[in-house]
Amino acid sequence: MKTFDYQRADTIEAATHANGRFIAGGTNLLDLMKLQVETPERLVDISRLDLNGIEEREDGGLSIGALVPNSDLAADPRVVEKYEVLSRALLAGASGQLRNKASTGGNLLQRTRCYYFYDTASRCNKRAPGSGCDAIGGFNRILAVLGTSEQCIATHPSDMAVAMRALDATIVTQKADGDKRRISIHDFYRLPGDTPQIETVLDAGELITHVELPAPPAGKQVYRKVRDRASYAFALVSVAGVIEVKDGVVASAALAFGGLGPMPWRNPAVEAAIVGRAPSTEAFEAAADALLADAKGYGSNDFKIPLARRTLIATLRDLTA
Amino acid sequence: MTEQAIDTAERPGGLKRAVQGLLGTPLPRIEGPLKVTGTATYAFEDAPEGTAYLAVVGAPVGAGELTGIDATAAEALPGVLAVIHDDPRMMAGEGNSRAMPSRGTRRIFHVGQPVAAVVAETQAIAREAAALVRVTVDEQAGRYDFAAAPVDDAPDIGFLPPVTKGDLDAAMRNAPVTFDATYSTPAHFPAALEPHATTAWWEGDQLTVRSSNQVIGAAKSTIATALGIAEDKVRVLAPFVGGGFGGKTGVGPEVILAAIAAEKLGRPVKVALPRRDTAYLVHHRSETRQRIRIACDHDGHINAIAHEGVAYQNDDSAFLEPIPFGSIPLYSGNTRVFRTALARVDLPPTGAVRAPGEAIGTFAIECAMDELAEQLGLDPIELRRRNETAYDPTSSKPFSTRRLLDCYAEGARRFGWPECVPDPGTTPEGEWLIGIGMAAALRGNFTVTAAANVRLEPNGRVTVETDMTDIGTGTYTILAQTAGEVLGVDASQVDVRIGDTNYPKSAGSGGSFGAGSACAAAVLACEDVLAELALRMNAAPEELVLKDGCVAAGGREVPLADLARGEPIEGRGKSSPGQQAKRTSQASHGAHFCEVAVNAVTGEVRVRRMLGVFDVGRVLNAKTAANQIVGGMIWGVSYALGEAAITDTRSGRFVNPDFGEYHVAVNADVPQIDVHFIEEIDDAANQVGAKGVGELGISGAGAAVINAIHNATGVRVRNVPATLDTLLAGLPPV
Repeated sequence: MKTFDYQRADTIEAATHANGRFIAGGTNLLDLMKLQVETPERLVDISRLDLNGIEEREDGGLSIGALVPNSDLAADPRVVEKYEVLSRALLAGASGQLRNKASTGGNLLQRTRCYYFYDTASRCNKRAPGSGCDAIGGFNRILAVLGTSEQCIATHPSDMAVAMRALDATIVTQKADGDKRRISIHDFYRLPGDTPQIETVLDAGELITHVELPAPPAGKQVYRKVRDRASYAFALVSVAGVIEVKDGVVASAALAFGGLGPMPWRNPAVEAAIVGRAPSTEAFEAAADALLADAKGYGSNDFKIPLARRTLIATLRDLTA
Repeated sequence: MTEQAIDTAERPGGLKRAVQGLLGTPLPRIEGPLKVTGTATYAFEDAPEGTAYLAVVGAPVGAGELTGIDATAAEALPGVLAVIHDDPRMMAGEGNSRAMPSRGTRRIFHVGQPVAAVVAETQAIAREAAALVRVTVDEQAGRYDFAAAPVDDAPDIGFLPPVTKGDLDAAMRNAPVTFDATYSTPAHFPAALEPHATTAWWEGDQLTVRSSNQVIGAAKSTIATALGIAEDKVRVLAPFVGGGFGGKTGVGPEVILAAIAAEKLGRPVKVALPRRDTAYLVHHRSETRQRIRIACDHDGHINAIAHEGVAYQNDDSAFLEPIPFGSIPLYSGNTRVFRTALARVDLPPTGAVRAPGEAIGTFAIECAMDELAEQLGLDPIELRRRNETAYDPTSSKPFSTRRLLDCYAEGARRFGWPECVPDPGTTPEGEWLIGIGMAAALRGNFTVTAAANVRLEPNGRVTVETDMTDIGTGTYTILAQTAGEVLGVDASQVDVRIGDTNYPKSAGSGGSFGAGSACAAAVLACEDVLAELALRMNAAPEELVLKDGCVAAGGREVPLADLARGEPIEGRGKSSPGQQAKRTSQASHGAHFCEVAVNAVTGEVRVRRMLGVFDVGRVLNAKTAANQIVGGMIWGVSYALGEAAITDTRSGRFVNPDFGEYHVAVNADVPQIDVHFIEEIDDAANQVGAKGVGELGISGAGAAVINAIHNATGVRVRNVPATLDTLLAGLPPV
């Protein structure tokens, strides 16, 4: 670990002016610092800021403080009752101890678990831009099949963010100049392209203060996570689904996916394939076709393509049953 | 001193007559309160005044010659005390399988081979500085791919001699039924939770090493040899060890480096390997390929059986995974071939990791037996029964004890094994496919020379001293029970002192020989005490009845404290292997039963229940023995479903050397596990009659899981782990 300065922020303004890396739970950042994958010169501890609340909004939605621990958010009665997909996604992630420490804002910003990102002796364009990508042509079992580039095939590891994407969350930030932004989660993440080291649209010093959820969606909610062991493993494929069936026809659908792409994945064509149709294997297969039309395997992760197809079809069957 | 080789299957008199009723009972660990209150300290927790911290610098490539080390940047970092890279002693590691290259070499045998060490005021500074040391190497092409590595069919390393009896090819040609299949297993990390930690300090010319180590007596010799000093100048301490799994046998380079640094600085030096470094600085289990050939008649009576494997090793190490070890005495058949070939690679050293040979060898042989049973239309237990044997079919020696048939029968009864096993893939339950499987377990038994002191103190308490370790296995407790049983005192009256090489040398913890060997030595030491007590009671030793702190003989009953007369009564015992080990074939046995559910959509496997019945000779403590077996069965689940250390064949680096991506089973993967023992005291094994327990549980366990997966899905998995992608193609359409 490289020596670093530590500064505790007492206000949001102080945090955004501190010119350092924000740290809240530290469940990801500290591990990466120990390996010198991340080498920030200054840590700005935001854990004392007053961003711990979950409040109901006038539009019937929720405003979630960026520092709300994953455990608390998963157990909040309003989340359990009205945003079941989010509660289930949170509980599918990490371990009890980690969920107690991990924050809502930090979870959105988790770094990839790509093997080569973690090994500082390997080439990685995300960790060391321009060095190359050892995952391509290497062992890439857990890596992405959608949204990849020739520079990077990393996946985003979060479960929570997948549910947030299905729920059309909005990320509220504050910049150093005091400006506040409301960024749709659909615009928040960036594809790797030639700059895989840039993962979100956040500017330097821009702090996530809240995540807003719109009013609870109608219909049935499911989070299905497929992984290599029963707990404490990242998703190989996950599906966050919200579907309303009215009069025997899919009236609305929101489907987001983890484990497949460099960001929590959502593709309107998947939903379009089933909305307005009666639930049927044929419709579900059309949705899977839409999801995987551009999927590309890299060898050891090829299995994710049939796995995603099977998982989506089974999940849609559950949601429309 | 009562010193005895195990030449006769005669139980020592004190143990034969003992009536305390303590040995074998499920006594909770006597050191448990220390552990749950955090007062049992581990190697990294000792921090003598002025301790400095060490970090190891590894070779950046896996093959080539070391050409230079530039420590300028590291030395310039504030807080750095020294960079060590030219001390010839750091390259010394004769006779052990940890990652220390031979003396004086500049050749690179594998990525991460230690080439330098940094010592600093804090661990963080030491590790930061280690990353600043520039290592230059004349790199050569490395052999990093096991599948492509050159194979030596008659290697001169390894301890298991090849077996060839009869003409296998002819037997395969002429038999009415033959089976021939190839299996593979990946590399395994030992994966102990406690890091490899050591603190070393000198007092004058006397070195003390506080280390996380399974076998401290051997470690003491290795350290003395490496440093070129007399053995009596070295003391190794390991009172508590947080898991070993083979990875804490031998002495790692970081131990020698800490001793050198402590000498150089005149300060205590501490080191703990970061998790990712353990992949390179601690040995692992080799990947294996295994071919099983069986020839039998239509009734399944085996005529010929062959278990041949290939494992890898680098050019600097002498260990070779004894792949067919467990198969050698397991099933009948006149024609027999068992051997391991060697693939030479430029990868970190391979060595003993939980049940070397049996853990992965029993996977292949026990899956093969399941496949053969299906081919013959036989119940898998019945096929095994038909090939049970009254003597070791390879060596022709009688078994010391063997209750394998009883293990099958009792296991089948307790598990509810059906008369007729449902056809594969025919037991759906919602989205899940249910299946059952079984496998035999066998692990060779070894007794190793061990010594112990047992002392009756003036206050009537008993002290046991030996340099054994307790790596989570229950050593403290079984030694207290053994001495308490023979001397007639409750376990609460026994003080057990272990984990210090100042005590008599034991076998240490490894090879499942620790418990039997150490307790045998304690039983013999008690004989000394009994002889003295008999004198003081004016009775013959066989007249003494010792119970609850009193000795009775000739109508008199006297408290032990009174007989001590203000002075301790010393006993010394030493047990060593003798004729029995040569005359008999010795092994622990068992049978595993398993029920799994496989998700028909995703291929995810959930083990629903496991049950095992085991023959381990005398059970020294029903609770700690069952704990060890359960632990082994969990490792079986773990390697059947998840564990795989992946090598990047381009670089010789491990892809997943951390607990995030090296998937050991977690609590949610572990089902209800039931363990039962069929106890038959094995007096040929050692003076306490106990055979090995620790490594038996993993042997066969993975095969039972894989066989159950077949019964659930119809998919035969011959390459573990059975991750979901290996099953997808065989699952029904969604």
